[in-house]
Amino acid sequence: MELVRSHVLVCGGTGCTSSGCEKIIKEMENQLKKNNLDKEIRVIKTGCFGLCALGPIVIVYPEGAFYSMVKPEDVQEIVEEHLLKGRIVKRLLYDETIEEDDTVKSLNEVDFYKKQMRVALRNCGVINPENIEEYIAFDGYKALGKVLTEMTPEQVIDTIKKSGLRGRGGGGFPTGLKWEFTAKAQGDQKYVACNADEGDPGAFMDRSVLEGDPHSVIEAMAIAAYAVGANQGYIYVRAEYPIAVSRLKIAIAQAKEYGLLGQNIFGTDFNFDLEIRLGAGAFVCGEETALMTSVEGHRGEPRPRPPFPAVKGLWGKPTLLNNVETYANIPMIILKGAEWFASIGTEKSKGTKVFALGGKIQNTGLVEIPMGTTLREIVEEIGGGIPNGKKFKAAQTGGPSGGCIPADLIDTPIDYDSLISIGSMMGSGGLIIMDEDTCMVDIAKFFLEFTVDESCGKCSPCRIGTKRMLEILEKITNGNGTMEDIENLEILCKNVKSSALCGLGQTAPNPILSTLRYFKDEYIAHVQDKKCPAGVCKSLLAYTIDAGLCKGCGICAKQCPVNAISGERKNPYKIDTEKCIKCGVCMEKCPFKAIFKNH
Amino acid sequence: MKSLAELEEIRKRTLEKVNLRKDRGEGIRVVVGMATCGIAAGARPVLNAFMEEVAKRNLKNVTVAQTGCIGVCRLEPVVEVYIPGQEKVTYVKMTPEKAVQIVNEHIVNNKPCIQYTIGAAEKRN
Ligand SMILES: Cc1cc2nc3c(=O)[nH]c(=O)nc-3n(C[C@H](O)[C@H](O)[C@H](O)COP(=O)(O)O)c2cc1C
Ligand code: SF4
Ligand code: SF4
Ligand code: FES
Repeated sequence: MELVRSHVLVCGGTGCTSSGCEKIIKEMENQLKKNNLDKEIRVIKTGCFGLCALGPIVIVYPEGAFYSMVKPEDVQEIVEEHLLKGRIVKRLLYDETIEEDDTVKSLNEVDFYKKQMRVALRNCGVINPENIEEYIAFDGYKALGKVLTEMTPEQVIDTIKKSGLRGRGGGGFPTGLKWEFTAKAQGDQKYVACNADEGDPGAFMDRSVLEGDPHSVIEAMAIAAYAVGANQGYIYVRAEYPIAVSRLKIAIAQAKEYGLLGQNIFGTDFNFDLEIRLGAGAFVCGEETALMTSVEGHRGEPRPRPPFPAVKGLWGKPTLLNNVETYANIPMIILKGAEWFASIGTEKSKGTKVFALGGKIQNTGLVEIPMGTTLREIVEEIGGGIPNGKKFKAAQTGGPSGGCIPADLIDTPIDYDSLISIGSMMGSGGLIIMDEDTCMVDIAKFFLEFTVDESCGKCSPCRIGTKRMLEILEKITNGNGTMEDIENLEILCKNVKSSALCGLGQTAPNPILSTLRYFKDEYIAHVQDKKCPAGVCKSLLAYTIDAGLCKGCGICAKQCPVNAISGERKNPYKIDTEKCIKCGVCMEKCPFKAIFKNH
Repeated sequence: MKSLAELEEIRKRTLEKVNLRKDRGEGIRVVVGMATCGIAAGARPVLNAFMEEVAKRNLKNVTVAQTGCIGVCRLEPVVEVYIPGQEKVTYVKMTPEKAVQIVNEHIVNNKPCIQYTIGAAEKRN
């Protein structure tokens, strides 16, 4: 028998792939061979560990040593010191894992992981996603087996209903109810579908689940198909996610090979097949009716609801559509029970939620927290605070459909209803942290630029309305806005919200409405004082050289890309504000800190 | 897949391969000193003997890990056994034969092999 004494887990998630994990794996394999260790030590490529900012990440078991920012040249040292001689390479450890007395902490005790709870991400960073047996070893497909051999479809639906699970794709609709509607709908043929379009800028939760644990989604879709009476499923995933697509393909092929997809699964008369459909990455194709039209092979445009997909979905047949993360929770609910799941979270929001934590925060990455965790815990503990000693200003959830949470509401618990009540929303899990250098009008403009680009153009409130809103925002940030513009903006927002055809247009005004609600003074400062308090909006900035501090070295003049700075050596230089494009290079380069940004 | 039993079979078979990845904490840990001095003194066959014996007896809650120099090079190979709730036991001048004995007597039957411990060695000197 082959005895393996150590496992080296190398993160193969998107973050670490872009920071070079493939080279690490190659080098690791070379070094292990060279040292004759390749038989007793296994190298496993896993999904995302969550701390993408510190990638590439390597974890060595059984010691549980967590190496961060590993470079190919470090691999030799890990192999020769740690794997050969048993001396953990402290220099490369994630510094949070080193105790004061110089011993190594377990990862679960590190701030970043301590408050997290991994349900949907349970296998991410633990198993090799390209090996179905590893998924099975961690209880994979056991829930499907249990459902098919011991439960009726009604019992399955009942369990999901009792668990309190709500859709993780943004809407938060009770999952069990949706299953029940689809099960009860009349139809000779039914379908299940998975929404892996994930179009929010900055979001990568669903991608990480598909890359790190594709079988959990496949298993859950089979369970759902059994519950609603479908025999065919579709996963709609954007083509821009090549790693996710390729792991899904491998996973589907393996599941077929093991008889976990196909005919007579677990010796019952249940049959289920699964296909991937690639989307071209339009944000609107994440909307459920547009998604289905796209799966059918047409241009992805929404249509009015009702009828809802549960009644008339793909090819006019009853169809169940759930989000990737929603599905990833299902096997755990079946195995551990509805009561277990319902014991996590708050009264109306059960379980956990995965967030892609980004923006001005120390630990950018992927986190999964029990519902009801406060924003403060996420920012200060899990996220490790704001970098460079800056102050927390606001957090943005829900991407282009969501809103912001200002600093004085930092103790808000993160759950569906609390977020709605303060004018934001859970969204699918993008969580962007902003510090004092962020201009809230600029943020609203950023999201509106996105929706204007992504609007499919089918209905005029969205097509024209979002464009007009963006124009007003541009006017304000350029310093040409009036108080009347702010009023009109607000009216326009309310009109578009109530008259657009699909969720994209209906939610597009949210970033404006919520910044107006909490940061109206910033809008007013742009309009009345012609100032951008955060110093972001370029038109409202002026760079000037302080003649008293300027030593006349001329460095700034050399650096200016548009030759806006002139002067003579040893005399104070001057900036021509007409020519200046406000790039800020001169201020950065001046060795005497003689250049100032006025705002 | 024909039955739950078949699935369970795969699960069990693969679990042995992935068991290492469980986080530290519960369970018994055998730590072998594998620094240069340890390897020179023959720590590698000792490590292998532990791994083989643990695998042979199918002891799921035991992990065999390695560490650097434990600090008593003249008594190498050194092995530490951690059983939750009990004092750590340090064995010195280990051989593969002693390793097998320690698995059987100490780990399985919870009777430390006092004669091989560091305390006994120090007394003899
Ligand atoms: C413009 C727009 C984009 C959407 N994008 C996504 C998406 O990328 N992923 C997703 O799961 N749901 C998205 N949704 C929500 C879906 O329409 C649908 O509600 C969801 O997939 C249902 O699954 P759930 O109940 O499991 O959340 C989007 C909705 C709108 C209006
Ligand atoms: S670099 Fe600074 S000090 Fe030198 S000329 Fe420019 S502004 Fe003056
Ligand atoms: S801000 Fe940029 S464009 Fe303006 S003067 Fe400085 S370097 Fe030139
Ligand atoms: S991709 Fe490696 S930790 Fe996220």
